[in-house]
Amino acid sequence: MAEVLKMQNISKSYYMGEEALEVLHNVNLTVNSGEFLSLLGPSGSGKSTMMNIIGCLDVPTSGKYLLSGNDIDDLDETELAFIRNKEIGFVFQSFQLLPRLSALQNVELPLIYAGLSSSERKQRAMIMLDRVGLVDKMKNLPNQLSGGQQQRVAIARALVTEPTILLADEPTGALDQKTGTQVMELFEELNHDDKTIIMITHDIGIARHAQRVVKILDGYLTEQEV
Amino acid sequence: MLLESIKMSYENIVKNKLRSFLTMLGIVIGVASIIALITIVQGATNSISNQVTELGANKITVNVMGTPLKQGLNDENLSNISKLDNISGVSPTISGKTGIIYNGKVIENVTVQGKNEVYFKMDSSLLKTGRPINILDLESKNQVTIIGSDIVNELYYGLNPIGKELIVNGTTYTVIGTLKASSGFSMGSNNDSVVIPYTTALRSLGVKNISSLDVFLDDTTLADDTVTEIKGVLNPAFNYKDNAYTIFNMGDMIESFESMMSMMSLLLAGIAAISLVVGGIGIMNMMLVSITERTTEIGLRKALGATPNRIQLQFVIESIFLSIVGGVIGLVLGGLIAYTASTLIGTEFSISISTISLAVGFSGLVGIVFGYMPARKASQLNPIDALRSL
Repeated sequence: MAEVLKMQNISKSYYMGEEALEVLHNVNLTVNSGEFLSLLGPSGSGKSTMMNIIGCLDVPTSGKYLLSGNDIDDLDETELAFIRNKEIGFVFQSFQLLPRLSALQNVELPLIYAGLSSSERKQRAMIMLDRVGLVDKMKNLPNQLSGGQQQRVAIARALVTEPTILLADEPTGALDQKTGTQVMELFEELNHDDKTIIMITHDIGIARHAQRVVKILDGYLTEQEV
Repeated sequence: MLLESIKMSYENIVKNKLRSFLTMLGIVIGVASIIALITIVQGATNSISNQVTELGANKITVNVMGTPLKQGLNDENLSNISKLDNISGVSPTISGKTGIIYNGKVIENVTVQGKNEVYFKMDSSLLKTGRPINILDLESKNQVTIIGSDIVNELYYGLNPIGKELIVNGTTYTVIGTLKASSGFSMGSNNDSVVIPYTTALRSLGVKNISSLDVFLDDTTLADDTVTEIKGVLNPAFNYKDNAYTIFNMGDMIESFESMMSMMSLLLAGIAAISLVVGGIGIMNMMLVSITERTTEIGLRKALGATPNRIQLQFVIESIFLSIVGGVIGLVLGGLIAYTASTLIGTEFSISISTISLAVGFSGLVGIVFGYMPARKASQLNPIDALRSL
């Protein structure tokens, strides 16, 4: 199986005045294509920093990060934006849908930055909304949808560019037990279709939906058997 | 990509209608005042310079004060000047005041002007009825006269004055024509004067010299050269004495008047431009507020793959959009104000393409200048901080 992600000796420090605070210590992680991986850790463990680096929102202080063979260290802001558009599909805890755009327009959003024509965008967005079972709600604004439906729209948005990795940050954090489980079932389905998923969570019950769980504590990674 | 950015900007402006309108108002007022001021001043300038041109832009007037030895021009000076290049005609004026009598009715202190045929040839609108003075009248010093409209009304009311007699300074003249009533402020109304051949005037008014001369030009662009040549004739005639005569070039006057007015309209536009700058600051302020409000959105867009340039473009377009729309509204408003004002004042109304492009271009520029800084700020937002702010 092909490696889609490889982190070698990644460290990340934040500077608060004179003092450096290292939140990741020599992290090594390899993710293969088609894997469903949970990154499990309590708050303050460094898991958000991991997500930012994996998602190319931030760059490591030291170490080497390869995403689909691209060395992320060398890239500037504009190139990082292209990588995010092409390689990463983000799913956030609070959905982050734009409130004045319809479900369909929200899903189309990343395709605008990919430079697709309006008709092509609409077509692909509708396919994705169908995939998450919401094509009949495509004209609805986010506030006309339930939490679970909003998260499914967000997942459709994350998948519409056909990214290498679906990167989810506490995807069930704002949902109740039942809808959370539905979202997890959708993730399992997607993974069954060979989508690579990395999910960040503090909830071991949610983390267990993944085939592979990696624990993070105080900036150190440990592999955990499920 | 540009189209998408324009669409997004439009949606955002429409979403905040009241705020966008208030922001635009600054630009509207700025552009409206520039357009109104320039147009009104230009209209007034055109009206005035047209009126002045009617008096004769192709005319050079020579006024002679004379010297103790030579008090005015004689026929020889006159013919020397008319022989110069670029001169289509020379019209001398001899004037005096005297009483006139018709049928026992007397008018005292009437202006009598001695003129030649050129005077009538150069302005065919002078004559109302009858015939002008011709060369025969001049050569044989005929006692004929053309009378102003006030004289017609006072002496010949209800009569056709042509062919009637008129006693001027004790001598009997025949009326051959009447002058059209002139109105307005044109130099020296002829309404209450009588015109006679200047040769007749030299003999019968007791005036020996010509004190004023209108020189008509073929080509007004060569007016300066012609003035120099006229001086070449007059200087020897007056023995090179200072202050023997003055030359008044109408074209020069129009030119200096127009340059004065364009200075004035520039000055006014400059003052109005200050309000445009204030409007620009309003736009900048709104953009900064909008960016603070939309921090999360900007972060999300960046996470989804928007490049910094793309974000910057979107906000600059939003700012340009606001200021151009404001500029167009201001243009229409300023045009209306100028139209109303020029109708009230009675000057002509015309808006030039250059004025329109100045206004739209200037407001677009304001959009770019004052939108750039906030847009740059937005483009440099860190997506992590931006997403976290929710």
